Amino acid sequence: MSKTHLELTGVEMAFDTPKGPFVALDNINLKIQKGEFVSLIGHSGCGKSTVLNIVAGLLQATKGGCVLDGHEVNSPGPERAVVFQNHALMPWLTVYENVELAVQQVFRKSMGKQERRDWIHHNLELVNMAHAADKRPGEVSGGMAQRVGIARALAMKPSVLLMDEPFGALDALTRAHLQDSLMEIQQELNNTVIMITHDVDEAVLLSDRIIMMTNGPEATVGEDLYIDLPRPRNRVTLADNPEYVRYRQEVLRFLYEKQRKLEHISPRRSGKPEASEGEQPKARAARA
Amino acid sequence: MTTITSAKNTSQPPRWLGQRFRSLGESLTPGQLAATGRQMLLPLIGILVFVGFWHLAAPQVDTSLGSFPGPAQVLEQSGQLWQEHVNQRERADKFIAMQEERNARILADNPEAEVRIRDYPGAPTFPDQILTSLVTVLAGFIVATAIAVPLGIVVGLNRHFQAAVNPLIQVFKPVSPLAWLPLVTMVVSATYVSDDPMFEKSFLTSMITVTLCSLWPTLINTSVGVAAVNPDLLNVSRVLRLSFWTHVRKVVLPSSVPMIFTGLRVSLGIAWMVLIAAEMLAQSPGLGKFVWDEFQNGSSQSLSRIMVAVLAIGFIGFVLDRVMLLIQRRVAWNE
Repeated sequence: MSKTHLELTGVEMAFDTPKGPFVALDNINLKIQKGEFVSLIGHSGCGKSTVLNIVAGLLQATKGGCVLDGHEVNSPGPERAVVFQNHALMPWLTVYENVELAVQQVFRKSMGKQERRDWIHHNLELVNMAHAADKRPGEVSGGMAQRVGIARALAMKPSVLLMDEPFGALDALTRAHLQDSLMEIQQELNNTVIMITHDVDEAVLLSDRIIMMTNGPEATVGEDLYIDLPRPRNRVTLADNPEYVRYRQEVLRFLYEKQRKLEHISPRRSGKPEASEGEQPKARAARA
Repeated sequence: MTTITSAKNTSQPPRWLGQRFRSLGESLTPGQLAATGRQMLLPLIGILVFVGFWHLAAPQVDTSLGSFPGPAQVLEQSGQLWQEHVNQRERADKFIAMQEERNARILADNPEAEVRIRDYPGAPTFPDQILTSLVTVLAGFIVATAIAVPLGIVVGLNRHFQAAVNPLIQVFKPVSPLAWLPLVTMVVSATYVSDDPMFEKSFLTSMITVTLCSLWPTLINTSVGVAAVNPDLLNVSRVLRLSFWTHVRKVVLPSSVPMIFTGLRVSLGIAWMVLIAAEMLAQSPGLGKFVWDEFQNGSSQSLSRIMVAVLAIGFIGFVLDRVMLLIQRRVAWNE
């Protein structure tokens, strides 16, 4: 094993509430190697996103901390690019301009004008979105917008790519499509990735390693599972692979037996607010 | 928030004019034709019923200046006002021509002579008054925008600042222009002293009153729009480490443009209403003064002429709002 790339040590996160501090995370310890694809999985409300936000620097841990390449993380930065669940593209900018905003900011000094332009196009091609460079996010489907969100993050040349349920708001087919794209890109770039998910298949298919988190409050790392399946992985052939099935069962067992969560089904509980969309651009679908 | 909803409502209804004429030129299916017909017919019926009611009801209302003017008298007076304008222009042209002729003659006799060039001294006509009012309202509106948008951004960005400024906004917002006017008049008279003034004092007085009354909707909407930027986008901005100015320019401002424009449209509507009142009271040139002068004049035609002004004020207000809507459609990303 190569030396540690990213390390979380004794991370505790407490939020102030009127009823006193609420400890969401307690004593999280995690070492991640360069080029590893790590998934964080757990029931909703277990603090997965909080962990990601601490690594991103968007939140400050109340105890412990996060060290990336020997530097402590205490503010957000493009070397820890984030892919948000709902793409978070600027709706008034075109697809190209959205990536440009990031590239302009990160490589203003180190790249020439033409070089930057090529780099933006390169990243759009990587996610198969070059054809829609001049469209606005509102004119493309949710899946396509998420591709652009990934392109924008990749264009920052991050040393860790953070993905917060990147495919959570998409329908199953679109999600599968994007997972395949992500695997191809990962094969090529070999980024270090931390991805949050609540989808067991997604976690097993994509990851080198799955971190299973216990239920909150005071959530922490429950189990740490290495997925030793050869790449490139194919979802169809893997479905019958006994290894794959075993990994899958292990995660399921953790989630539904060891960390079984009883949620009260009340009318107040709302589902995902964003409706998912197919790969068809909205505009075209509306006209048909 | 009531201001916002009211503006949203006015943006919905008739797509009027532009679209209608365009669609008439193209070949239409019977269904479309019927739809277009219905679309035109209903507003037309509304107007006709109103004019009919007006025509019947007006003679029933007796005033000391004769009965209330009906549509026919008003139409006649609007023609009259236009005729007066044309005549006045002719006289003005003649006056200028004569003046130039005389000056040329004087200069021919004595090249050293000093010639005087005077403006035509005639009274401003109805269209002149409209123009004056438009210039004043736009000046006041532009100044209000220049204050309200930057201030709104600061208020929206900073919670503490907002808490400090909010009570002031809430107190000053409902103040009537008539209350401000005497104060503004006195302050302008006292402070704007110059031998060769660039602006008339009356112009400044009404302009500042317009500004004071019309900046609030823009200010409030801008601050609400700025405070309501999608938190995901704010996080993107943080991850990219955008500087404060880039953050404001590239994220906050574009994101709040739709809200800002909603505020601007409400502000412009208020500006136009306030201006008429201010002009009436301050005796500064413009449509308000026209109305007041006609009222003081008290001839048998006065009421008809005031009615012409009322309709003109309404129509101009409507056009101003349409123009703002057009600009909004071009500028805002969500239209």
